[in-house]
Amino acid sequence: MKPKQMMDTSPGTVGEGLRQRGVTRREFLKFCTAMTGMLALPPSMAKVMAEAISKARRQSVIWLSFQECTGCTESITRSHSPTLETLIFDLISLDYHHTLQAASGAAAEHAREQAMKDNDGKYLLIVDGSIPMGNAGYSCIAGISNYDMLVETAKGAAAIVAVGTCATYGGIPKANPNPTGAVSVADIIKDKPIINVPGCPPIPVVMTGVLTHFLTFGSIPELDALGRPKAFYGETIHDRCYRRPFYDQGKFAETFDDEAARKGWCLFKLGCKGPVTYNACATTKWNEGTSFPIESGHGCIGCSEPNFWDAGPLYKALSMPVSATGSMLGAAAAAGAAAGVAVTWYNRSTKAQAKAAHAKVTVQELTREEK
Amino acid sequence: MNHLDLLTFARGSALNWALIIFVAGTVLRFFEIFGLSRKTDLARPRTDSPGSGWRTMLTRSIPPQGMLKREPVTYIAGYVFHLGLFLAIFFFAPHIEFFRSITGLSWFALPSALVDASVVAAIVALAVLLAHRLNNPVKRMLSGFGDYLAWTVTLLPLLTGYMAYHHLMFEYTLMLSLHIFSVELLLVLLPFTKLFHTFSVFVSRWYNGDFFGRKGVAS
Repeated sequence: MKPKQMMDTSPGTVGEGLRQRGVTRREFLKFCTAMTGMLALPPSMAKVMAEAISKARRQSVIWLSFQECTGCTESITRSHSPTLETLIFDLISLDYHHTLQAASGAAAEHAREQAMKDNDGKYLLIVDGSIPMGNAGYSCIAGISNYDMLVETAKGAAAIVAVGTCATYGGIPKANPNPTGAVSVADIIKDKPIINVPGCPPIPVVMTGVLTHFLTFGSIPELDALGRPKAFYGETIHDRCYRRPFYDQGKFAETFDDEAARKGWCLFKLGCKGPVTYNACATTKWNEGTSFPIESGHGCIGCSEPNFWDAGPLYKALSMPVSATGSMLGAAAAAGAAAGVAVTWYNRSTKAQAKAAHAKVTVQELTREEK
Repeated sequence: MNHLDLLTFARGSALNWALIIFVAGTVLRFFEIFGLSRKTDLARPRTDSPGSGWRTMLTRSIPPQGMLKREPVTYIAGYVFHLGLFLAIFFFAPHIEFFRSITGLSWFALPSALVDASVVAAIVALAVLLAHRLNNPVKRMLSGFGDYLAWTVTLLPLLTGYMAYHHLMFEYTLMLSLHIFSVELLLVLLPFTKLFHTFSVFVSRWYNGDFFGRKGVAS
């Protein structure tokens, strides 16, 4: 019997690319099974996904980098090779990316324009970095301001993936006092589907998951109120943290190197923002599932949440006041005391007045009222 | 404003103002109460009343003979509520961190499950006390707006705290912000409502005990 053909090997398809790289059908199916699990899809979808992806043409992707640190690109490309993440990256057609492309100058810009022209309405636009709305000179590429490049490139995109907290919510450039007037992609583009993949940097597998979903279904995954894929940002770090039982038992590390910290107790008191941070770090982990920040002994800083940088000190427990101080309360007590003295003085003078106005009545002055 | 911004506001400026009003208001009220001073005795007291005030502080915390049987709901639900609230405020680890950041003092925390149970007990007790207040003709007659306000602003932090912990209704960050806001409402109102008994209860018990003792009334 002829074995069922899983990979479409017609030229230009993902299946052909996989075959050229010597990826077996079995390996590819394993990848698809892992992805369906990640995306919280039913197991039967693995096969559907494999067929859809292998038949798909290599997806044209334009990657724009604005006010960013390249940490997002580092995160995605530096996952240990060869991983499924890099595999799927090889299989898209990354037509424009400052850091990764060989071309530079006019040739690079030409590649972007060509990709936009050839795949009008079909290409996927990935953006990392925030967009300065102040002086255009704060950040521009080939003489084009970030704002103009984003608006121009977004026009023909099928969907936009904002990668990293800067592109999704403004990130560190937007932190108070926001000198460049940084904004997110969603603040500017209103007429295209935008998938937010926040994190500083985001988890590589989340990126892969979003791409896989797009290739399989031709649509974007289910998003939460902040535009994040629910499959990865549906639960807080705290709720999925392996140190959670210690929190519930009231066992906490007091410093980063005390006995409790060595025992792996909860880092809440050291400022962990896990309870209010929605991300998949505690489940997918980093560096091929090795660990995640809390496992390495440092609390979560909440990097996938909007304005996390301005959400109070990183090393203050979440239940602590952001800025209240003892001296502030001392001043309040002093003000209260001053007001108290004033009120007391007023009360006593009222009392004294009443006493002074008190007219004594003698028995002789009393007369029986006639009924 | 997203939920994290709301939380930052709740932990930041909103909390600062609530604490300022709370501290200033409490000090003001104490000055006001103590500044009224005691009435001068117009006649010599019948007895001196050694320890009468201190004794009353204790005896008024225990039901007098036969009263527990006559008013079991008031006493039992009252104790359960106050104890549950006390444990929730002072023995939940995140709350202790709050006190530590302000006072520098810290103490041991209870496991979350125990605090959770005490919160449930306090909420149930509050509900029972409200039902009793509404059904008992004497209590209903004695109750005014201030009593229902005090009941509401006390319930809110317990309820929102419970809901935040169990991820009910809203997502955690929003619910946590609402919890902190409800505590701030309580802080702002506490010095100026019947809730001030938190601080004045033992002061007034001492005063009553001493006053009645000196007049020769059994304390």
